[in-house]
Amino acid sequence: MSATDISPSAAPAVRTGRPWQRDLIGVAVILLAAIGGYVLFPDNLALLTRIIAIMLLVLSLDLVTGYCGVATLGHAALFGAGAYAAGIAAVTFGITEPLSMIGIGAIAGAVAGLVSGVVILRGHGLAQLVLSIAVIHLFHEAANKASTYTGGSDGLSGIAPDPLLGLFAFDLWGRTAYVFGIVLLIAVFVLLRILVRSPFGMLCRGIRQDPVRVSAMGASVKASLIRMYVISGAVAGIGGALNAVSTQVVGLDSLSFTNSAEALVMLVLGGAGSLFGALAGTVVFMWFEHVVSAANPFHWLTIVGALLIAVVLFAPKGLYGTAADLARRFARSKP
Amino acid sequence: MSTVFAVERLKKSFGGLDVTRDVSLSMARGDRLALIGPNGAGKTTFVNLVTGHLQASSGRVLMDGEDISRFSPMRRVRAGLVRSFQVTRLFSEMTPEEHVALAILQREGKSGRMAGNFHAMPQVMREMRGILETLNLGALASVPVGAIAYGQQRLLEIALAMALRPKVLLLDEPAAGVPHSDTFLIENALAQLPGDLAVLMIEHDMDLVFRFAKRVVVLAAGAVIFDGSPRDVTEDARVREAYLGSYAHASSAA
Ligand SMILES: Nc1ncnc2c1ncn2[C@@H]1O[C@H](COP(=O)(O)OP(=O)(O)OP(=O)(O)O)[C@@H](O)[C@H]1O
Ligand SMILES: [Mg+2]
Repeated sequence: MSATDISPSAAPAVRTGRPWQRDLIGVAVILLAAIGGYVLFPDNLALLTRIIAIMLLVLSLDLVTGYCGVATLGHAALFGAGAYAAGIAAVTFGITEPLSMIGIGAIAGAVAGLVSGVVILRGHGLAQLVLSIAVIHLFHEAANKASTYTGGSDGLSGIAPDPLLGLFAFDLWGRTAYVFGIVLLIAVFVLLRILVRSPFGMLCRGIRQDPVRVSAMGASVKASLIRMYVISGAVAGIGGALNAVSTQVVGLDSLSFTNSAEALVMLVLGGAGSLFGALAGTVVFMWFEHVVSAANPFHWLTIVGALLIAVVLFAPKGLYGTAADLARRFARSKP
Repeated sequence: MSTVFAVERLKKSFGGLDVTRDVSLSMARGDRLALIGPNGAGKTTFVNLVTGHLQASSGRVLMDGEDISRFSPMRRVRAGLVRSFQVTRLFSEMTPEEHVALAILQREGKSGRMAGNFHAMPQVMREMRGILETLNLGALASVPVGAIAYGQQRLLEIALAMALRPKVLLLDEPAAGVPHSDTFLIENALAQLPGDLAVLMIEHDMDLVFRFAKRVVVLAAGAVIFDGSPRDVTEDARVREAYLGSYAHASSAA
C-alpha cells in the first residue's frame, strides 16, 4: 500500500453527534431506566440502590483499567474504604448528615486510591495483578483486625443517617436512598464524561496504548496514573458510602477479593474503556445474578460463567462496545 | 556557532558486549547531521542512551551546557531533546488530530487539565491543523491511526516531534518502512523543520543522507570512526572497511 493512498477502511470515521448531545442522551437514559426501575420493581428498591453503588465501583474501575490499562483485582479496597469511613464517621463520630458521609467516603476512597495506586503501579503485567490481590487482602485484614471501629467480622451496624437535606428521611422501602443514589450517579457520570474528554483523559488513553511514547512526549506516566487512581478512589468511595447510607451496615464483604473480581467481570461484560459499558455491564450482571440465582440457586454461577465466555469470545468489546459497533455499521450501510 | 547538544565519552555494554564505546559528539543550532553505520553498530542504542530510555554506564549528555545525564526521559524532553522511533510508536486507537493536539498541550503544560477539550481551544486547533497540513495529513486528521498506512504513520511521528518544538531532534530512520516511491514525503517533511533546530538523522539510504546532511558521523561496532563532510565519507578507508567488513560477515554467514 502506498503512503499516499487511503484504503477504504481508512475513510474518515464519522463522529456521530456532538459530545454534549451524547452526555444528554446518557443522562436521559439513566433517568428513564431509573423511573422504569422504580415503577416496575417498587419492592426491589434496595437491590436497585445496591446496583447503583456497584455501578460507581465499576465506573471507578473503568477509569484505571479501561482508560489507563492498569490490571487490578483489588479495586474493592477503594469502595470498602469509602463504606467503612462513612460508617465509622456515623457510628463513632456521630457524623450522620448524609452528604457529609458521602463526602467522607469520597475522601477515604481517594486516600485508599492513592495508597493502592502507589503499591500496584510498582509492578507491571502479572506482578501488577498480584500486587493488587495483596492490596485487597491487606485492606480486608486491616478492617477485620480493627474491630473496635469496624465491628470486625460481625460488620459495622447502627449507621443511622439523618434525613437527606433535613427533609427526606431514609424510609423503610428505600425510596429516599434510591433517589439519592440516582442523583449521585448522574452527577458522577456527568463529571466523568467531562474528565474522559479532557486533555488529561486523552493523556490517560495514550498511556494505555503506549506509555513509552507518552514519556517521549515529555509527560509523566506514573504521576498521571496515580492522579487517576486518586480520582477513581473518590468515585468508588462515593459508591461505598452510598451503600453504607442505604443499607445502614458495612460488612467485610465490601472489602473482599470477590467484590473486586466481580467488578472486573462486570466491566469486561459491559465493555472496558467506555462509561456506558461500565453501567451496562453492572446492570446486566447484577440483574442476571438476581434472577438466575433465584430461579436456580445451584447452577447460577455456571450460567454466569457461560455468559462470560460467550461475551469474551464473541463480543470482545463487551456488550456495549459490540452494540455500538453494530449500530455504527448499520448507520453506515444506510444510504 | 553555539553548541546546543553535546555527548561526552558515552559508554554502554550489555553483559560483555560493548555497544557504545566512548562516543563523543556535539551539535550546533541548525545542524543537519546524519548518523550512519552498519546494522547493529549501536545507533539506536546511542539514541536510547541520550534520551534516557537506557541508562549509560558512564559519560555525560549536555543540553545548552547543562548536564542532563541524570534526568528522566520526561525531563530531557522538557529540556528540548526529542526523538522519533525506528519502529513507529503511536496510539493506534487515537487520531492524528488527537496525537498532535496532545503533543501541543503537553508542550504548553496543559495536558493535565481535567475539563475542556482541545476542539474548543482555537490556538491548539490552528497549530494542529497547520502541522497536519504541512505533512499532508490533513485529510486523515480524524481517522484512527491503526487504520492509516504505515508511511503516513511515519509522517505523524515527525508531526509529533514538530509539535513538541524541540531544540534538538533525533530521528531514528524516519524513512524506514516507507515505500521507496514515497520517501519524498518524508524528505519534504524534513525540509519543513525549523532552520535553527539541530537535527540528527539515522539513515541507511545514502541518497537521502547526501541530500539531507551537511555533516556525517559513522558509527561502527559502537565507536565513532568518522566525523566529517558527506563528500569525504565515501573516500574514507576505515568507513569502507567497516561497511565491507559487515558485508563480508553477512556473505560468510549466508
Ligand atoms: N536491550 C539489549 N540487550 C542486549 N543487547 C542489545 C540490546 N539492545 C541492543 N542490543 C545489541 O546492541 C547492538 C546495537 O544495537 P542497535 O539497535 O543500537 O543497532 P543499530 O545500529 O540501531 O542497528 P540497525 O541499523 O539495525 O537499527 C546489537 O548488537 C544489538 O543486538
Ligand atoms: Mg537501529
